Amino acid sequence: MGRIRTIARRSFLIGSAALLGGVAFGAVMYRRPHKNPLPEQLVAGEAAITPYVLITPDGITLIAPRADKGQGAYSVQAALIAEELDVRLDQVTVDPGLPAPVYYNTALASDLLPIRSTNTNYLADLARRVADAPVKFLGIQITGGSTTVPDGYDKLRHAGAVARETLKAAAARKTGLDTAQLTTKDAHVVLPDGTTLSYTSLAATAAGIEPADAPALRDPSEWRYLGKPMQRLDMVAKSTGAQEYGIDVQLPDLLHAAVRLNPRRGVVISHDATQAETMRGVRSILPITGGLGVIADNTWRAMQAAQAITVEWGPAPYPAGMDAHWQALSDSFTKEQIDSQYRDDGDAAVAERPITAEYRAPYLAHAPLEPINATALVTDTRIDIWTGTQIPRFIQSNISALTGIDTDNIHVHVQMIGGSFGHRLEDQVVRHAVELAMSMKGTPVKLTYSREEDFAQDFTRQIAMARMAGSVTSGNVETCDLGIAMPSIIASQMGRQGFPAAGPDTQIVAGAWDQPFDIPNYRVTGYRAPDLAPISSWRSVGASTNGFFHDCALDELIHAAGADPLAERIRLCNHAPSRKVLEAVGEMSDWGSDMGETRGRGVGFCLSFGVPCAVVVEVTNSAQGIRLDKVFAAADVGRIIDPVNFEAQVSGGVIFGMGHAINCEITYADSAAQQTNYHQYEAMRLYQCPEVTVRGLENGDRIRGIGEPGVPPAAPALANAIFAATGQRIREMPFNKHIRFV
Amino acid sequence: MKLTVNGTRHDVDVEPEMPLLWVLRDELGITGPKYGCGIAQCGACTVHVDGQPVRSCQLPVGDLDGEVTTIEALGTPDALHAVQAAWIDHQVAQCGYCQSGQIMTAAAFLEVNATPTDAEIDQALSANLCRCGTYPRIRAAVKSAAARLNEA
Ligand code: FES
Ligand code: FES
Repeated sequence: MGRIRTIARRSFLIGSAALLGGVAFGAVMYRRPHKNPLPEQLVAGEAAITPYVLITPDGITLIAPRADKGQGAYSVQAALIAEELDVRLDQVTVDPGLPAPVYYNTALASDLLPIRSTNTNYLADLARRVADAPVKFLGIQITGGSTTVPDGYDKLRHAGAVARETLKAAAARKTGLDTAQLTTKDAHVVLPDGTTLSYTSLAATAAGIEPADAPALRDPSEWRYLGKPMQRLDMVAKSTGAQEYGIDVQLPDLLHAAVRLNPRRGVVISHDATQAETMRGVRSILPITGGLGVIADNTWRAMQAAQAITVEWGPAPYPAGMDAHWQALSDSFTKEQIDSQYRDDGDAAVAERPITAEYRAPYLAHAPLEPINATALVTDTRIDIWTGTQIPRFIQSNISALTGIDTDNIHVHVQMIGGSFGHRLEDQVVRHAVELAMSMKGTPVKLTYSREEDFAQDFTRQIAMARMAGSVTSGNVETCDLGIAMPSIIASQMGRQGFPAAGPDTQIVAGAWDQPFDIPNYRVTGYRAPDLAPISSWRSVGASTNGFFHDCALDELIHAAGADPLAERIRLCNHAPSRKVLEAVGEMSDWGSDMGETRGRGVGFCLSFGVPCAVVVEVTNSAQGIRLDKVFAAADVGRIIDPVNFEAQVSGGVIFGMGHAINCEITYADSAAQQTNYHQYEAMRLYQCPEVTVRGLENGDRIRGIGEPGVPPAAPALANAIFAATGQRIREMPFNKHIRFV
Repeated sequence: MKLTVNGTRHDVDVEPEMPLLWVLRDELGITGPKYGCGIAQCGACTVHVDGQPVRSCQLPVGDLDGEVTTIEALGTPDALHAVQAAWIDHQVAQCGYCQSGQIMTAAAFLEVNATPTDAEIDQALSANLCRCGTYPRIRAAVKSAAARLNEA
């Protein structure tokens, strides 16, 4: 604790994310609330009762400031407001709003702190609040870390309640009745005699009165929408081709652009665009950061011309080949490179640790199906940007620094995102789009990366390595000493945003040091490898590698102890909600029942983002290779807002985790990524996909998000199942380097 | 160059090598078909040419021989195609970016195989990538769509 306080005072370190280097402000200062941005956008007769509810005579708009990357975030944010506002979702419009400090993310910082999410004591809670302060202070509007629901759960319901009470006050003023006599239903205030006044008709009156005080939130037993199966708002549009994404933006006089960027992320030494310039439809070719951009009248023509440029590229700021990358990790297991040792129970350095293993996890691309893109319109006084992004406020400040235009005049119109997995936490594409649009003032330019550029320029998942030494006694796991080496994700990612990082990076050990097990001698050490290729947050971040390392190491020790994989995990578990998800997958899979000679069953577990998630995988060792038969997954998010979407997120997360574990990696040769398109990066396809059964539990003490926790336990469950079916331990992803799959 | 898309005749001034996908998206403003890979690996760009599923990123518009139907004309929110209705019932989409292509592939497939087995469904749709992992719901939705079409 002392350490956390010191860090917070000194430089607002959050984990190792230094959000503001070296400046100190009193805690009181960041408690000053940010102003509601909506009134400035209003005309007479419109009311913006809270930053999340906008009512005009024409309709009701709910503001959902967290980006929707496909996880249903807009729907869930709207439902949280609607539950208290008393509107049906078919009566409102949902809008991401414009970026503003008030939409800061309160849930993000707490998961970057080295406090176990299962630790709910007073000090841990206090530290979480301290950590929120700088996030609030900076008004960081970020979507990520499975935080949309935890962040919005109280805030958005509260916004709905305040708006409802204010509308009642407006109705009282209009009718002379007492608010206590009024009720609300389906976007109307209901008077005692049954007559109704629509919210929209009350907008003008509501605009003139102070927002009501916060009433108590409704008890979950009174909920009409939350906790019940919902129809996501975007389903019809996404099933009829009507959904517009950033890549579909259409504007008058729109021009299209493509880029040719240094595959080694260095500079351009020289280039020749003579031929490309003569190609049909090309308007101009110009240098941009790290390469060249082509503006044309059609995306395909721009891409063709970009290909036709010949370029001599400068060298990479990182090693050329994979041997050097792995060597750097292997060399990092030294005292000097210890980054953290948050877990050190008993004496893990005991002399006898006969069981050892080494694990590896490769770089991985995000490769969401919508290639990265941004549209920019630049004038002398204002810039408009249309893009799918998780960091609209960073974009404002970065583009302001690039152009000299004030952030207030940089308008980021957040678009629906065709998948992200962390990809849209980066904003290089926006910089490129603006650099191109600056040369065409007054004309909008849409930049689309080709799939090949998207792969080549990705800030990938971290590469990581782990070493385990352990011992067992009399049927039990006795010692587990796990060391994990990787470069700092936070330093790489925040470094690109201009925030220097210092102190330990909790992500190096996330999903390993914080697991809810009591092992007599239990140590997890994080080793900070030097910076290698640039890396970023990839769905579940540190836990995406560490969940695999920790759980496979545990499985090996349990096997050596001669214990049952599920029973021993349950025996070691010291956290009731975690134990219950393990018990749940045991029951769902009929754990222990006979599977025959050629089949096997494995369990995997990881507590990440505060969510315990257990997975059982069943495989067949067939003549054509390993076939995935069935998957059972159970997770506990404290409270499930929409069971249908919950199921989709867990199932999607598990499939995502297994697909990459089976056959994906990004490797560098001559410092350029060797995988250029999906034929070299397949992940899961339908024919490989097992049947997935999901169960949601609600024993946790607080509400959590579910976008990421399904990923970390999937790979170890599969590796452990393959061991059960074949006797072969696979300690390196992708697994298809070691075993054949159907 | 002339082409018929969703029942409407268009005249476009493009080189014959331009893939149909980019004619649809950038010349005609029809954005239901998506660009995902450009090399026939993902299926996001799938349209029908005279009822046959075609990867529009791979078809030079000069080689087009037939009428094009995109997701926008398969059905509309008020008059959904059975496959679209099943997709909505099963809440298949996550990010949704692959789903135009999944739906167009499934619709064409069910035209030629009204009572598919699980293995046939897997085979027909395995060339369509979904990065969000909606596969279990895709399977279920194809089965309900088949049932629905057979009732009709
Ligand atoms: S864009 Fe045509 S198959 Fe991927
Ligand atoms: S729903 Fe996102 S790619 Fe399929």
